[in-house]
Amino acid sequence: MGDVEVHALRGVDLDLYAGEFVVVLGPSGSGKSTLLNILGGLDVPTSGEVHYLDHRLTGAGDAALTRFRREHVGFVFQFYNLIPSLTALENVELVTEIAGHPMDPAEALRRVGLGERMHHFPSQLSGGEQQRVAIARAVAKRPDILLCDEPTGALDYPTGKLVLEVLERINRELGTIAVVITHNAAIAGMAHRVVRVGSGRIVDISRNERRLSPSELSW
Amino acid sequence: MTPLHHKLFRDLTRTAGQATAITAVLACGVATYVTMRSAYDSLLFARSEFYTAYRFADVFAQVKRAPEHLARSIAAIPGVAAVQTRIVMDVTLDIPGLEEPATARLVSVPERGAPPLNDLFLRQGSYIGPGRRDDVVISEAFAAANRLHVGDAVTAVVNGKWERLRIAGIGLSPEYLYEVKPGEIFPDNRRFGVLWMSRKTLEAAFDMKEAFNDVALSLTQGASELDVIQRLDHLLEPYGGLGAYGRADQMSYRFIADELAELRTMGYLLPSIFLAVVAFLLHVVMSRLIALERGQIGVLKAFGYGRIAIAAHYLKFGWIAALPGSILGIAGGLWLGSVYTAIYARYFHFPALRLQAEGYVPVAAVVIAAGAACLGAVSAVRRAVALAPAESMRPESPEQFHAGLLERTGALHWIAPETRMIVRNLSRRPWRAAAAALAIALAISILVVGRYTIDSVHHIVDLQFRQMQREDVTVAFQEPRPEQARYDLAKLPGVLQVEPFREAPARLRSGHRWRKSSILGVSDNDTLRPLMDREHGRMRIPEDGIVLNSRLGEILNAAPGTQIQVEVLEGARPVRTLVVAGWIEQPLGLAAYMQAGALHRLMRESDLISGAHLKVDPRKEERLYALLKRTPSISGVSVKSIALASFWKSYGDTIWISTIMLVGFASVIAFGIVYNGARIALSERGHELASLRVLGYRTAEVGRILLGEQGLLLALGIPCGFLLGYELALRTSRALARDLVRLPLVIGPVSYSYAAGVVLIAGMFSGWMVARRLVRMDLTAALKSRE
Repeated sequence: MGDVEVHALRGVDLDLYAGEFVVVLGPSGSGKSTLLNILGGLDVPTSGEVHYLDHRLTGAGDAALTRFRREHVGFVFQFYNLIPSLTALENVELVTEIAGHPMDPAEALRRVGLGERMHHFPSQLSGGEQQRVAIARAVAKRPDILLCDEPTGALDYPTGKLVLEVLERINRELGTIAVVITHNAAIAGMAHRVVRVGSGRIVDISRNERRLSPSELSW
Repeated sequence: MTPLHHKLFRDLTRTAGQATAITAVLACGVATYVTMRSAYDSLLFARSEFYTAYRFADVFAQVKRAPEHLARSIAAIPGVAAVQTRIVMDVTLDIPGLEEPATARLVSVPERGAPPLNDLFLRQGSYIGPGRRDDVVISEAFAAANRLHVGDAVTAVVNGKWERLRIAGIGLSPEYLYEVKPGEIFPDNRRFGVLWMSRKTLEAAFDMKEAFNDVALSLTQGASELDVIQRLDHLLEPYGGLGAYGRADQMSYRFIADELAELRTMGYLLPSIFLAVVAFLLHVVMSRLIALERGQIGVLKAFGYGRIAIAAHYLKFGWIAALPGSILGIAGGLWLGSVYTAIYARYFHFPALRLQAEGYVPVAAVVIAAGAACLGAVSAVRRAVALAPAESMRPESPEQFHAGLLERTGALHWIAPETRMIVRNLSRRPWRAAAAALAIALAISILVVGRYTIDSVHHIVDLQFRQMQREDVTVAFQEPRPEQARYDLAKLPGVLQVEPFREAPARLRSGHRWRKSSILGVSDNDTLRPLMDREHGRMRIPEDGIVLNSRLGEILNAAPGTQIQVEVLEGARPVRTLVVAGWIEQPLGLAAYMQAGALHRLMRESDLISGAHLKVDPRKEERLYALLKRTPSISGVSVKSIALASFWKSYGDTIWISTIMLVGFASVIAFGIVYNGARIALSERGHELASLRVLGYRTAEVGRILLGEQGLLLALGIPCGFLLGYELALRTSRALARDLVRLPLVIGPVSYSYAAGVVLIAGMFSGWMVARRLVRMDLTAALKSRE
């Protein structure tokens, strides 16, 4: 309210490496969503710098950020954010239309196990299926980085695990950097690295010596 | 203030743009109602005051020459309350500084005491003095147009002799509220005026001692007008009666009655359209608001707010949006009403015509506005009230989409996903889309109707004054004259062509329907007044056939091929049955046509003529007019260019005001509809569009989807609006068709383009406003919640 500034994040220093699966853990209000927004070019920090390869994202205008998202980033949201008026296939096509080297949209859907349901509308799909369409949509343009905000937050236990399996496979098969933001500590087990966030700061970064497969996770 | 009131005002602030649009449309609707209603009340009030106080007669008749003792028989007719016999004569008047001759109607008044009927209101000076035979009271409009004052003199040709008349007073009569030259429709106060003078003077001048040629009656309460007219006709027939008639056929009464009827029609039609649009807009905005506030409604209910509290909360939203609209509308309407009344005061000469703002008008305006607001809000509010608290706190389930007809044909497969989104969004809620397109169509149609009156008036000018009337001057004789009179006219200076005509007053009957009109005798060779059929080709009248103009045909219900009875009211007064040979389209007046030869045979006369149309050399006009003024056998001279000018004068102001009312207001409505549509679309699609932006779509690409939808609605709505506008104009033209003036259904391409242009500009402006919001859209915020 008014002139009081609230910093969602401060003093954050984080590098992401090619092919990594990173889980960002933190309670709500810890600033993890802000971190994701900045990584994805949806938001710019008030101070500090963000680089992607040799692009400087801080200070970039709206057009440059749009191009960055268009060319390099895939998003998966907690509430899927599918376009209700388009079928699963068309939702994916929406992205392949504007991408440089996309994969076949049907292929993307087969990768998430929805080869049979690609002509269904979102309202005809279950929550897990909708989230898998969202993942297919995110990966179909072959992004360099896949940003997932609470991808299992709205899903039940078995469906959540199924979605995580898809994310793991995409990361493994395509080499896409996957950043999964969650407050669910159990998911941390499948990551290469785990970033813990609290009160707007990175509290801890740890590396898993042995990664668990999604089927081994439980919460 | 309760928390709900805080919420109410914040909701209003948040939707300020849309609330303003609704307010503006509502103000227009209320303003048209108040304008039309207050103008109607003012005119009606002034008329009834004047008619009652100055004893306007109920029945009128003209006769060639009847003995004064007949008045006693007339007074004895059951139902007659008072009788006034008069001498009424049209003469040529020489007005200093006026080239063309003016026509004066001399009306006799008693030397002592007020006339029993059709009394005079004296504005200035005094009544004619007893024994002062050259005193006249002159009509106010004529005096004003010619700058004549009490004490001035005018010269009239009274029965072949020049008479100097002294203006004793300037006055008004309920009989000449609308003061127009006989045979014409639009007033020219410069060249036509009424002069009231001593009965004795007129008796002497026109050889009317103990005789009269005009009679006016008032009726007792409950008397049958038709019965009195029939008995009066019977009494007057032996003396050359021209057919008695009631107020409805009295020119001045008729014109005001037509105007009142038009105000009444438009006073219902326009506000209804405007307020229907308001209800629609409010419905859309409120439905959206309630959809957005599902969760809040759930919480309110969970906390124990009752259905009534919630319904009242949302209804208040509608009312508060409507309140400033009513206030603005009432203020604007009263102002426009006073402008209207001031314009009427120029044509209708009342002792006083002021804006009569009846107390019920603003009250009714507010009630109607609140009613429209309720109507618009009710279905949305019902939905809010019906929401179960637990359900309403959950987000709405994803909207249902199914493969439609277009999908199954595969047509959609070939179009881009953005276009598919547009098509599906519209087809998913076909009723909503249809309603939005209909609203655009309504806006277009009001614009088309507004422009129609303008086009129609231009068409009348072209048809009446360029194609049908090709003469420069028309002269009418006091009495029918032998055909040789045409050669006297041809000899006058500057006369290039003379085309004589015969005109006979007649009663036309078909079954129980009848009307008084004139039969004009024409010739196939006429070039100054060619008779044209519907296709503007030349019409030939068969021997013994009669052609009616379509208004007269409709009144008599006498289609071509049927027979009508013709009773000529002049000369030998023959009665005969004739076959209607055809109808012709004429925008002004009532008329029937026969071959001149056939008319002469019918009237058992040799080749008499009533007057002639002249083609004139403009360089010699001045000399011609000077001579015509001095020709006693001529009762009237009409100059076409002057008639055209007075037509424009009559319609110029009316067009100006109807342009403001219709075209201006319709433009506001068009804006309101289009802007609101775009804002709602932005609100509904905001989440989706933000998702697309996050996925890497550019603002312009997202804008295309949003505005594409609005564009498609415009593309659907505009042609529908053209059709609807045409239909509405057709109904308007029928509703406004009168014996004196018809506005033919003519809508030019410019008018259609204008209507489409206004709506498109409104569309582009709204698009721009919405696009600005799109640029500022907060992507992260849009993704946080489901809605």
